[in-house]
Amino acid sequence: MAAIYPPSPLTAIAKPRTARRPFPWIPVLLIGTALAYLALFLFVPLAAVFFEAFKKGAGFYWDAIREPDAWSAIRLTLIAAAIAVPLNLVFGIAAAWAIAKFDFRFKSLLITLIDLPFSVSPVISGLIYVLIFGLQGWVGPWLSEHDIKIIFAVPGIVLATIFVTFPFVARELIPLMQAQGREEEEAAAVLGASGWQTLWYVTLPNVKWGLLYGVILCNARAMGEFGAVSVVSGHIRGATNTLPLHVEILYNEYAFAAAFACASLLAFLALITLAIKSVVESRQLKEHRK
Amino acid sequence: MSTTFRRPHSVLPGFNLALGYTLFYLGLIVLIPLSAAFIKTFSLTWESFWATVTAPRVLASYWLTFRTSLLAAAINAVFGLLTAWVLVRYKFPGKRFIDAIVDLPFALPTAVAGIALTAVYAGNGWLGKPLAEMGIKVAFTPLGILVALTFIGLPFVVRTVQPVLEDLEKELEEAAKSLGASSWQTFSRVIFPTVLPAVITGFTLAFARALGEYGSVIFIAGNMPMVSEITPLIIITKLEQYDYSGATAVAVVMLVASFVLLFAINTLQWWARKRRNEEKV
Repeated sequence: MAAIYPPSPLTAIAKPRTARRPFPWIPVLLIGTALAYLALFLFVPLAAVFFEAFKKGAGFYWDAIREPDAWSAIRLTLIAAAIAVPLNLVFGIAAAWAIAKFDFRFKSLLITLIDLPFSVSPVISGLIYVLIFGLQGWVGPWLSEHDIKIIFAVPGIVLATIFVTFPFVARELIPLMQAQGREEEEAAAVLGASGWQTLWYVTLPNVKWGLLYGVILCNARAMGEFGAVSVVSGHIRGATNTLPLHVEILYNEYAFAAAFACASLLAFLALITLAIKSVVESRQLKEHRK
Repeated sequence: MSTTFRRPHSVLPGFNLALGYTLFYLGLIVLIPLSAAFIKTFSLTWESFWATVTAPRVLASYWLTFRTSLLAAAINAVFGLLTAWVLVRYKFPGKRFIDAIVDLPFALPTAVAGIALTAVYAGNGWLGKPLAEMGIKVAFTPLGILVALTFIGLPFVVRTVQPVLEDLEKELEEAAKSLGASSWQTFSRVIFPTVLPAVITGFTLAFARALGEYGSVIFIAGNMPMVSEITPLIIITKLEQYDYSGATAVAVVMLVASFVLLFAINTLQWWARKRRNEEKV
């Protein structure tokens, strides 16, 4: 039975095995329990998304996705991610370069602060921008005098998205670049490479899988963020609705099939993210073993 | 020109630029906006702050959020440890797929998770219907909140325990077995103490995540004041009534709670690393 953790010579001595091994009750029971747990909380809900989306047929599904408000929500979701992900990517590289390649005081405090957005409730992540840019906020009155809208407009959505996806790339790159040490970069510098050349030709190729890993997770969260974006969006259909907010509106209007059709796009994105993540992880493992 | 961030000795260039940009961006996006929440509460008197954050409806929401998050994290600690064990120790068909799908709650947007769980656990849903026939109502009750919070916290314990189990030296178990320990004794005396720090870390991470969760909960919760209204929803409700000071006061209570947890998590991880290193020596 391949299912059992291979017995060592020692156990074989301690407990001589009979010719016919008994049915492996314990492994089967444990695997069964784990699968039941995952089914209840993961598989069944995931299947339900696609089932509900196609309940009224493929034609209805198609129409729900191509409807103008859905399109504008898809567009805004892509725009927010297209701004937030590159900004956090540049930040992640800069932070990892400073933290991994140099020694300075309060480094662990800095790492903790970078992780901070993960421990803040999404609702609060939206709220803090309302407190600054909202009408009653610090710069709100000045903004409204100059006719600049941030809250209940696209810039607010982008800002909230940047906040919630802030740590993703940095927290992937920092441990990876710390583990790789500084010798290769120092060799490049001694041989006359400029800082940018060292970064581009030495450091980044070394961490490319970790970088990709951080970027896809960052992107998944950017496209899927709900709570923070919900606070700053104002839910203006066709203008400030992202795809997750559009799903919520349709759902609250009892347009369940349409809501699940849009939700299935996001679920599909999540599955692609997991597939890329799985491939990247096995690549990383292979390179690590070399 | 502070002594704190003095340029270190290194042949590598770019320290000032990289650290300068890191601090600038961190301040602009995270620190200044977060401090806005704390500064905003100073516009309230202490009495009105206290009255806001201890109103019966708010207190009920803390208790609900706290107990459902704690229970969800506990469920994930037990079954997450089991799942990690199964993934590390056994071979079975579809294992790689299952290993990848464990991270689904990280990748699936919370709103999608919310409506999917509601559809499944509602009175006419795939799992909700048989449960309702047994007299258990899940969706639109605190039990529904527990289901949503268990979903979003599912990967944490699995992912913190998995690497520790993979590193676990087989010699230890073999030694225990050869000395006559039963499987259960080997598990409870040898394996469990080794993975315990990782389980506690994963538990705390799942708990912290659950406390602030909003998207997946509001669809399935029913959102009845005093019964199934979570604290993040209180903040939203206050914002919709343009009660910015009230919303901020509750937000500050939540922020302080999450900072305390963050400190606890950092300490736990430091402790877990120390224990692992000590064992390796």
